[in-house]
Amino acid sequence: MAQTFVEKLMSKKAGKEVYSGAIVSIEPDYVMSHDNAAAISNTFKKIGVGKVKYPERVVIILDHEVPAPKESSATNHKEIRQFVQEQGIEHFYDINKGICHQVFVEEGFAMPGKLIVGSDSHTTTYGALGAMSAGIGRSEVAAIWATGELWFQVPETLKIIINGEMPRYISPKDIVLTIIGQIRADGADYKSVEFTGETVLFMDIAERMVLTNMAAEMGAKNGYVPPDHVTFDYIRGRAKAEFDPLYSDEDATFFQVLEFDISKISPAVAKPHTVDNYCPIEEVAGTKIDQALIGTCTNGRISDLEAAAKILQGKKVKARTLVIPASWEIYREALKKGYIETFIDAGTLVLNPGCGPCLGAHLGVMAPGEVTFSTANRNFKGRMGCREADIYLGSPLSVAASAITGEITHPGRFL
Amino acid sequence: MIGKFTGKAWKYGDNINTDVIFPGKYTYQKMEPEEMAKHALEDLDPEFTSKVKQGDILVAGKNFGMGSSREQAATAVKYAGIRVVIARSFARIYFRNAINAGMPAIKSPEAVDAIENGEEVTVDMAKGEIITNKGTFTFPPYPETVMKILENNGLINFIKSIIQT
Repeated sequence: MAQTFVEKLMSKKAGKEVYSGAIVSIEPDYVMSHDNAAAISNTFKKIGVGKVKYPERVVIILDHEVPAPKESSATNHKEIRQFVQEQGIEHFYDINKGICHQVFVEEGFAMPGKLIVGSDSHTTTYGALGAMSAGIGRSEVAAIWATGELWFQVPETLKIIINGEMPRYISPKDIVLTIIGQIRADGADYKSVEFTGETVLFMDIAERMVLTNMAAEMGAKNGYVPPDHVTFDYIRGRAKAEFDPLYSDEDATFFQVLEFDISKISPAVAKPHTVDNYCPIEEVAGTKIDQALIGTCTNGRISDLEAAAKILQGKKVKARTLVIPASWEIYREALKKGYIETFIDAGTLVLNPGCGPCLGAHLGVMAPGEVTFSTANRNFKGRMGCREADIYLGSPLSVAASAITGEITHPGRFL
Repeated sequence: MIGKFTGKAWKYGDNINTDVIFPGKYTYQKMEPEEMAKHALEDLDPEFTSKVKQGDILVAGKNFGMGSSREQAATAVKYAGIRVVIARSFARIYFRNAINAGMPAIKSPEAVDAIENGEEVTVDMAKGEIITNKGTFTFPPYPETVMKILENNGLINFIKSIIQT
């Protein structure tokens, strides 16, 4: 019988043909965690097996509070380094690599046809390279470290077809915020979301990663872009292992197929305090902002920084502006291309790659009554460390344009 | 965690996200579950932790627990005293985290509509029934894997039980 991508992958893993709704216990190829590996190692120790079953499948990347802002985070990091050494975990990346979702991809763990889980909701990102990747809880990671496997319900698939040419002031962030505004924050709950269509075909890996990263904000279990020459070109020389691309059959059963024409959309904004609180930028234009945040695992890749630099070139920012490249590989490239100099000249603060400000864990915290316009993926109340502050979400182009004027501004004004 | 229990309902709305259930600023502070419990629903209902009683029941609208994968959002609620969460629907990671913490997460839009904030609600896990002032509502039994996790009061205990046998 015809199968979707995720049904095929889980069938292959389970060693029997399964379809949506089935529950299977299967072995992920990789299990990712970050600063929460300290808490996970404590839970792991309670299980009492002593040794991690497959240390070669464990990937740990420190990124949430880097460098450590306080003693407790430093202790967390120290415990992780000790655990990694005791357990012989080779795929460990310390505070000098970048944000886990970017580093995981750069280091070649995200490969077509792999099953990847991580103790972070934006683990969905790796589907941009044709993997099945889903966020799980900390205890689940501990359970996989101990036993190598975990229970999954095979999800139904929501196919999202995106067609049309992106106007010059539009980016994948605008597309995905527009889609989330329509299908809402639970529009893909428990679903596997497959992104296809001519717009996606022409996107590079960085752009596809915006879609799959934000799939988490539709409630999806995973986001997936069918791998093609763009994917294979990207992972050539990076892939950590052999891989086997998997694709949905054309006649597979989909939960729903939705089509979007993006050729005439406006730059999109998610208003406080939910990601699905969509509006076209025109509706909130003029809203005063205190802080702008460009970067994060959603929009901190080189093309995002290029977009921001294009707008900020020769200008000065009015709102205090934080720039966070997603990794040091990207930071170095931005340096070479002159973007970092552009950012410094514009009066922004270029921070080291990390997650901190996005979740109120470290740096960039807001005061009550303040407003941030951010390229991150969440704007929940209290998200950036202050429950009386407002967060708007948008694209790097929109946020950069707004940083200059100090109010939410259509990027077309500077393009 | 399998049985019949009665508690006072704490009812909230749709799309309650993990940041208001357990703020991100605490996620990388080392905490025991009892301490996590002190921050449960902190940015949603600051009075919750001082008034909730052991065995109470949390009732919510659709997409409860959306957002982050942080397990503390389930652990904190459980250790604050909540025995079971009933919602119109759950965000998938929250659903898993609740089950894995040994706290049943029951999807029942009908029961959510019927339950008034503060009323006594009884949940019978074995029969799959929610008994409210406006009537009794049924929910389908969990798959066997999930039931075993709940019977063992969570995933970690379940894994321990497998490894020891």
